[in-house]
Amino acid sequence: MTLLPATPGQTIGPFYGFALPVEHGADLVPPGSPGSIRVHGTVIDGAGAPVPDALLEIWQADAHGNVPTAPGSLRRDGWTFTGWGRTSTDGAGQYGFTTIKPAAVQEGCAPFIAMTVFARGLLDRLFTRVYLPDELLAGDPLLASLPPSRRETLIAVPDEHGLRFDVRLQAGPDGQAETVFLQYRVGGS
Amino acid sequence: MSAIADVVTGSVPVSQGQISAEIAELADEHRSGTADLAQPLLNYPPYRSSLLRHPLSELLPADPEGVELSAPCFGERDVHALDADLTIQHDGTPIGERIVIVGRVVDAHGRPVRRQLVEIWQANASGRYRHMRDQHPAPLDPHFTGIGRCLTDDLGCYRFTTIKPGPYPWRNHHNAWRPAHVHFSLFGTDFTQRMITQMYFPGDPLFALDPIYQSITDPGARARLVADYDHGVTTPEWATGYRWDIVLSGSVGTPMES
Repeated sequence: MTLLPATPGQTIGPFYGFALPVEHGADLVPPGSPGSIRVHGTVIDGAGAPVPDALLEIWQADAHGNVPTAPGSLRRDGWTFTGWGRTSTDGAGQYGFTTIKPAAVQEGCAPFIAMTVFARGLLDRLFTRVYLPDELLAGDPLLASLPPSRRETLIAVPDEHGLRFDVRLQAGPDGQAETVFLQYRVGGS
Repeated sequence: MSAIADVVTGSVPVSQGQISAEIAELADEHRSGTADLAQPLLNYPPYRSSLLRHPLSELLPADPEGVELSAPCFGERDVHALDADLTIQHDGTPIGERIVIVGRVVDAHGRPVRRQLVEIWQANASGRYRHMRDQHPAPLDPHFTGIGRCLTDDLGCYRFTTIKPGPYPWRNHHNAWRPAHVHFSLFGTDFTQRMITQMYFPGDPLFALDPIYQSITDPGARARLVADYDHGVTTPEWATGYRWDIVLSGSVGTPMES
């Protein structure tokens, strides 16, 4: 069967602010609730400058490795875990989600949070994975396929606030590695 | 501002002629190349803001796994039926040409994407966004916010009632204008299908001049972003109609052959 050609993407542009961010969009669980963690970082461009107008979305399993099926991400009720969150970066390029640590969905795989990155100047969305510090990381085939400097860009770093995960859209003059972004192997893309 | 932030700081603004020459050069270069021309080039210098915001490395091929094989769920609690009508969100009627936009969201196999979230945002009839960073000296419309949401139905169809947006200036280069467009945000059945794009209107004279539209270097592919006027959608004494169908990339839980 011939696959239909996919509709092309386009940049999110600068003016999504009234449309996409939603109240409590970054709080997959209420801040301060038992077991909650902070996943946060800075989005950085190729000059090393923060990106103040990026939009990030995350999608993840719950603490038991179950994939959520409940609606309600746009109007949170404060107790249903929907697994999905959205937030924009602030004037300093920083973002933060309050969530829980996901467990791996597939046995033997390293747990991760799937992330989508949108920004003015970025002509199509980028996909990446936020891997959590975990003993399973060593056996993950995707991580193992990368040289150490690039592999590190996919692994969140514990700090006093939770887990830090910076997104570098482009390798910078400071020699910092660019975040690994993914091209999914699927039909029609 | 159409984007004060789109100014390339400290540089002399380049002319439309210079940008158009760069667009033509890249079109020629990529016609004979091997890149995927059906999607925008992430490194597209005529769109100046892409220069520092595109990855230099190739994207890493990855088999979707775990949560990537499913998508977030949205439902009636997320979206109200009236969210799909952008002309009734205030006490008065917005100024401009009332239009209806309908279409169908399918995957690469032509299967409908059912009960999934579609979000749109746009400028008003005079080309002004309700956004603090939009400094275009055109009037805001107190009766128009320019945002809408709906869920697709069981056939994958969506429908919005809105006002036709105006073109607007931005600061990519001297005398730069964006063709009129509506931003669309889409989810599929898999996380891998998530996308944001822009819908354009047929026959816009600004297409050839616009580096964002031209960043898709295959003419057939970028034409897929242009809605069709559809007189069957036009409603007598009320609104003209446009049809724009959307194809998301394939999903993994799909037979690759039939």
